[in-house]
Amino acid sequence: MTRLVRPFGDTSDDGKVQISFTLPVDWSEAADEAARQLAVKMGLSDVQVVEGKAIASGFSFFVIYATTMQAVDVDGITAPSAGAHAMSMEAIDALVRERVGRKIRVAGACIGTDAHTVGIDAILNMKGYKGDYGLERYHEFETHNLGSQVAVEELVRFTKERRIDALLASQAVTQKGSDIKNFTALSELLEAENVRDNVVLICGGPRVTNLLAGELGYDAGFGRGTLPSQVAAFVAVTLAERLAQGRPHW
Amino acid sequence: MELRIDRLRVERCRDLAGAIVAPVEAFIAAHSTVSVERAVLRLLGVDGLTPQDVPLPNAILDAVPLHERARGVAFFFGKALAETGLTPESLGAEFAAGRCNLDDFTATPDDAARRGLAPFVDRALDRIGARRAERAARLGDLPQLPPPLLYVIVASGNIYEDRVAAVAAAEAGAQVIAVIRSTGQSLLDFVPFGPTTEGFGGTYATQANFSIMRAALDDVSEKLGRYVMLTNYASGLCMPEIAVMAAFERLDMLLNDSMYGILFRDINMKRTFVDQHFSRMLNAYSGIIINTGEDNYLTTADAVEQAPAVLASQFINEEFAHRAGLPDGQIGLGDAYEIDPDREDGFLYQVAQAQLAREIFPNAPLKFMPPTKHMTGDIFKGHLIDAMFNLTSVMTGQNIHLCGMPTEAIHTPFIGDRALSLENARYIMSTARHFGDEIAVRPGGIIERRAHDVLALCEALLERVAAMGLMQAIEAALFADVSRTPEGGRGFDGVFEKAPDYWNPFAA
Repeated sequence: MTRLVRPFGDTSDDGKVQISFTLPVDWSEAADEAARQLAVKMGLSDVQVVEGKAIASGFSFFVIYATTMQAVDVDGITAPSAGAHAMSMEAIDALVRERVGRKIRVAGACIGTDAHTVGIDAILNMKGYKGDYGLERYHEFETHNLGSQVAVEELVRFTKERRIDALLASQAVTQKGSDIKNFTALSELLEAENVRDNVVLICGGPRVTNLLAGELGYDAGFGRGTLPSQVAAFVAVTLAERLAQGRPHW
Repeated sequence: MELRIDRLRVERCRDLAGAIVAPVEAFIAAHSTVSVERAVLRLLGVDGLTPQDVPLPNAILDAVPLHERARGVAFFFGKALAETGLTPESLGAEFAAGRCNLDDFTATPDDAARRGLAPFVDRALDRIGARRAERAARLGDLPQLPPPLLYVIVASGNIYEDRVAAVAAAEAGAQVIAVIRSTGQSLLDFVPFGPTTEGFGGTYATQANFSIMRAALDDVSEKLGRYVMLTNYASGLCMPEIAVMAAFERLDMLLNDSMYGILFRDINMKRTFVDQHFSRMLNAYSGIIINTGEDNYLTTADAVEQAPAVLASQFINEEFAHRAGLPDGQIGLGDAYEIDPDREDGFLYQVAQAQLAREIFPNAPLKFMPPTKHMTGDIFKGHLIDAMFNLTSVMTGQNIHLCGMPTEAIHTPFIGDRALSLENARYIMSTARHFGDEIAVRPGGIIERRAHDVLALCEALLERVAAMGLMQAIEAALFADVSRTPEGGRGFDGVFEKAPDYWNPFAA
């Protein structure tokens, strides 16, 4: 089965898109034309520069509506979500009691120099996020929130010392790929220390996707809007499955 | 618009803040820190790097024998100055080159050190005084637009790229430019040197970077006919040193909070208390407006629940600031627009809180921070939330307005994001300029009741803190649900007790 779709403006298949950008030029009619031609080079047609104006000397801002002739086959595309397990806190606790038989030890931190703890706090802190309690509230999780700016070495040391079952690394700052570098450094150090298989390794942050997590060698990645129970369920189910398969653990 | 708040309760909160801060001030008076001592060296004119790339103020302080350190670095350095007859700059260079062993002069009498240092102490104060006078003159020639002053951040990591962004933002209406620091800098126990072009989530605060940005903003100020202010961060482990650099380079504001580093960066509380005091003394002298960081309580916890903690922190920050000599006009107390947009009447709560601060701190240049916690990748919704934030700010008479970015949750702002954000703020603040003067709050209505509740809860919180003591209250997680111990956290090893004959020529 294939199902080709295009963007929907006001009628089926019209392919309408809207883009905006800044060019480092003073505004003029020629600048509008430059913006239009740039959009054409992007492969767009019916390009209308609906707004073009100076925002500072040497800089102009443009809003463009245009048509794309491209289409995608939505039936041929899958992006597995790590948050697929919808379970309540009580159900997750029950699952852990039954299938793990002890508390799950979880550690989380903003790694590297990142100090933006909003995401990791939303997942771990008692209070949680959008009415969904954080992991600290769960009976069957022993949760360590190590806070911000935690060095990868420190996190791995803690993981070994406390025999952590699930490790949550968070990154909000993404400038110049610093998030990818830090995530990679963590997974590589866990490998180097021979403990990668002992942990359910999870990354999170506003720009993280589960696909990206897979590429970086993580077990799951959680992006914007993630609820604590989604992370908790993933950790509980994954660990229970690993134990059931008799995979080595701490 | 006026809330009929209980003035006796406000007075009681101020008294409680005084009682909370007094014992901490006693601790502060008896202690110094490595960064206070390094700030003294910087004031005297020491700057630069050793061949091993160690900043000279660090290298010199590290050369002070531990038993001498408790008397302050000034004696130690002053003796070497007196004996060598060099200037602080050339003495620093000699030391860096390994041609001068500062230990050799410890037998020199203290009086010689005092006499040796005196001209350089005067020189530092004159230098700062001149910068302050320069600011006043420029503000006279190039008057600012009326508040709320539109404040935007630049954060490319490269000071030269930041300069382009800052000038463009000024032309688009920005009145204050903040250069966000590289995320790790607050934890460095030294200040990097020279112009920098690499940073993550921001650009290193160095004196050279300050100077580059100041020059660019002075140029654009003249072009625009209005003075554009410059801001950076006197926070983290080097608060006092950054206050010195900012004074020398005529920054106009500094982010500087008495508790932020403790709670949100796990910097040792004793270190922070001592450092904030000396940095604020310097800020007072240099005419720099501090911006406090109460917005952080709201981003890490529920904004409605944390409102009393914000107000309590404002009272405590005000008290610490007064005790360091800062007048009300230099105390930019912070707050933020962080209530969940899904909450019905959330806007009313925001107005209540902002107006409450306005009435309690009538002469403080209040700093209002934009929504961040509930911003998503939906830039269109974000732009709308920012508009409501802008309206709250203008109708409650906030002074320093950090413009929210539609792309807050996505990336450090693009040049076009800043322009859109400034356009939003300029539109709202123009179209609703006098709205706050024209409306009355309904007695006993939602806004007034909320303000009264927040004030009452703040008083109760301050009472608990006063009963426990501030350090113990922080340990008990009374602020931001974060617990810190008096001797835990980063930088505690840099705190030391002053000897009876301790001397800091700038703190006298």
